[in-house]
This record gives sequence, structure tokens and C-alpha cells, in this order.
Amino acid sequence: MSDVTLDMRLGKPWKKPHFIKNPVTRWGLIIGALVYISFATGSLEVNWSRVSEGLVRGWNFIAAFATPDFVSRGTDIRDGLIESVIMTITSTIVGIAISIPIGLGAARNIAPLPVYLVCRGIIALSRALNEIIVAILMVAIFGFGPLAGFITLSFATIGFLAKLMAEDIEDMSRVQAEAIKSTGATWTQWINYGVQPQVMPRLVGLSMYRLDINFRESAVLGLVGAGGIGATLNTAFDRYEFDTAAAILLIIIATVMVLEYLSGVIRKKVQ
Amino acid sequence: MPVSENSKGQKVWQLHTRNESLIRWFAYLLTVAAFMWCWAKISESTTWYFVWDAPRIAADIGGRALPPKWEYINELWVPIWDTLNIATLGTILALMMAVPVAFLAASNTTPSKVFVRPVALMIIVSTRSINSLIWALLLVSIIGPGVVAGLLAISIRSIGFCAKLLYEAIEEIDQKQIEAITATGASRWQVMLYGIVPQILPAFAGISVFRWDINIRESTVLGLVGAGGIGLQLQSSLNVLAWPQVALILVVILVAVVVGEWVSAKVRGAII
Repeated sequence: MSDVTLDMRLGKPWKKPHFIKNPVTRWGLIIGALVYISFATGSLEVNWSRVSEGLVRGWNFIAAFATPDFVSRGTDIRDGLIESVIMTITSTIVGIAISIPIGLGAARNIAPLPVYLVCRGIIALSRALNEIIVAILMVAIFGFGPLAGFITLSFATIGFLAKLMAEDIEDMSRVQAEAIKSTGATWTQWINYGVQPQVMPRLVGLSMYRLDINFRESAVLGLVGAGGIGATLNTAFDRYEFDTAAAILLIIIATVMVLEYLSGVIRKKVQ
Repeated sequence: MPVSENSKGQKVWQLHTRNESLIRWFAYLLTVAAFMWCWAKISESTTWYFVWDAPRIAADIGGRALPPKWEYINELWVPIWDTLNIATLGTILALMMAVPVAFLAASNTTPSKVFVRPVALMIIVSTRSINSLIWALLLVSIIGPGVVAGLLAISIRSIGFCAKLLYEAIEEIDQKQIEAITATGASRWQVMLYGIVPQILPAFAGISVFRWDINIRESTVLGLVGAGGIGLQLQSSLNVLAWPQVALILVVILVAVVVGEWVSAKVRGAII
């Protein structure tokens, strides 16, 4: 049998099915995306002479990673780092302490409707506002320094932890909670023995994750005057002291890696 | 079962054994001590006079900021467009860089577990652990202020995030489908195209929309360090203490964030 007749017998050759099945939507999306990209890239203005001038500086910066300078601004780096760590620890602890009641209130199977709505409102507000914007407002209100950063990070922690905790509580097994309730437990005992053990592993894991995030965020709050290593980093960039900046960035990366590793170990242990 | 005896000699059930209780008590003590020490440090570097004055200041700022200066919106359309571009083009650029990194990092597709995978993981960790504002700061000092610096900052920051989620998705694919494609005599690239890609495409689409949503939030503040977008207007309004303009910008940012989250939730809902 020749190839031609085989093809005719088999009919149309097989083709990979498309990810978006409807051809109108598919082509609409593709054309829309192309039009958008051409408009968007058209509105970009690049000052090529500035870029070529800056590329030398960029190369200097990359080269600085080979020779990071931890020493010449050593005390500044140390102070900034300690401040960042302090802000991270305090804000995580306070954030957890506040987000537990809010998380309980935002779980529909525990809280009555009015409490639920108030707590969900707090969570939504905290999640919608970017940390930097909150930090700007806090600096304006409380003055420069780590207190503003501490309040900002605590506020951001509430939105994150309380939301995930509330979702976890809503997914919990009702049987265990019911069993505790049937022994005649009071409300606090019910929460403590029926609900808490079920959400605790996840809460510990999320808290560790948030500690990690708070440290990363605390590194930028200094840019708007809210304390931490960000201020030192900003000064280093402004003075084009790339070796110091590289040292700070390396410290941040190393700390985040250590925290990530630790949180992985702890999460494995509690689960 | 952990028990303790009360004064009458009866046995009482307890949640933890004595050693567990001791360890817990010690951990709490350590936490409280660390917290108090940190708090003392914060307190040292705080001017408490300003803090006691804070409610008055907050009320004062609130009084000045409201109502927002609605006419100012006409000057904001271009920054809003720039912000949207930073987020969208940044995400697209990030995905283009994240896909190869993810394939190199996934243990089942990497060409070499000893040499290539650690490098890919290193790229993921280092881009992820540095905030986009710091990337923006760096890029502004390298290529000068403007939208492009912000766009690149967003895209570099997103590489780690997208590549991490993507390589986890690649590692979780169904091996049988790969084997089936390989059994037909497909080449390495054909296996990739027909065996792996269709399996991770939904995850890929989800990740990109998710990251786009986050990038909308982040791109609104990049202007604070000179990297374009609406943050530039925010910075200049803050510098001249034009609180009604600040209020309007905050409203615009909130709307943008809510719309971004809504779009991303819709698209992810449609994919899954």
C-alpha cells in the first residue's frame, strides 16, 4: 500500500489539542496580547547612552560580589542588621499574637456573622496595603526608627497569618471538635483542646514562613526611614559603594537561606 | 498517658508529660526574654514624645488628606499605564527567563544534577530573597531612573518565584505519560513538547497570573526609588506634603490591587 492511500484511509493526521479550545477566544487573546505588547513596549523610553554608561557600573557591581567589603562599613552593617533582626522577631511575635484571635474570628464555623465580617475586613485591609505604603504612613505618624517598621510588619503579618489560619480552621475535622464539646467543655477548652491541636502544625509552619518574609521585608523598610538594614543599603547604593552593597546583599541572601532551611526542618518536625 | 497527682493523691490527666511541660515552659521563657530585649532596643531608638503625639498627628494628616483631590486623577493616567506595563511586561520577561531555569532545576529534566541543578537553584534563591525594591534601587543606579529599571527589577524578582513553583510542578508530573511518548520513539525535544509541556501548562498559566497579581502590588511602590510608575507621583506628593494627592494615589493603588486580585482569581478559576 502506498503512502497516499494510507493517508487517505487514516483521514486527517493527529494534531496536538490546543490549551484554549475555543478558536475565537484563543485568537482573540493572542491578537489582544500582541497589540498590548506592541503598545506597551512603544511607550517605553530607553536612554541608551545612559544605559551604556551604566553598564560599566553594572559590571563593577557584579565584580563587587567577588570582593564584598564587610569591613569598612562594618559597624553600620552590624547595627542595621541587628535592627532588622529585632524588628523581624518582635513583629512576628506580636503579629502571631494578634492574628490568632482575628483568625478565629474570621473562621465562619466558629465565629458569628458580625465578628466574621469585622475580622475579614481587617484581613482584607492588611492584605491590600503594600508594606512600603504602610511604612510611609507609620513613619509620618510615629517618626523615623524601628518602631514604625515594627508596626508595619506586625500589621502585614496579621493579614497573612489570620487569613491562612482562618482557612485552615474552616477546613478542620468537625468530629474532633464535636467530641470535645460533648464532654461539656467550655468555649475556651473547646478551642484549646478541639481546634488548636488541629491547626497547630500548620500555624507553626506558617509562622516560620512569615518570619522569613518579615526579615526580607525588613531589609527594604529602611528605604522609607522605618529602620533596619535597608537604610545602610540605600546609602551604599547612593554613594556607589558597590562592594559594601554586595556585602549587605550577600548577608541578606545567606540569612534568608538559613531561615528557609530552618523553617523546612521545623515544619518537617511538627507535621 | 501523662498524669500528675493532685494534693489528695488522685491521678489527673494532663496534656503533656513533665519533661514536655518543662521544655515548653523554657521555650516560652526564652521567647519572652528575647522579645523583651528586642523591645528594649526598639524603645531605645524611639522618640517616645512623637509616639504619644501620634494620635493627634494621625488625626491631623487624616484631616488634611480628606477629601482626596479628585481632579488630580488626570495627571495619573500615564503613571497608571506605566505601572500596568511594568507589572505585565515584567511578568512576561520573568516567565521567559524562569522557564529554562525551572527545567534546569527540576530533578527529572535537568541535564546534570551535580553541575547544572545547583546553579539553577542558586539563581532561584538569590533572585527570590531580594525584594524588588532593592533590585529597583540597584537597577536605577545602573541604568538610570525610569520605567525600564522598574520593569527589569520586577522581572528579576519574579524569576525565582515563578521558577520555584514551576520546577515543583515539573517534578510532580505523571511519569507514565513521558514513558508513553518515549515509547513511540520521540526525540528528547518531542518528549518535552508532547509529554511534559501539556502537563505543566495549567500550572504555568496559574503561576503567571498569580505572579502578575503580586507584581501589580509591587510595581505601585517602585517609583519611590525612581523606577517609574505611580510611585513617582506618590513620592513627589509626599515630598511637598500634598496629602489630598497622596490620598487619591492611595485610593488608585487600592483599586488597582483589588482589580488585579479579581482578574487573577477569575482567570485561575477558569483554568482549574
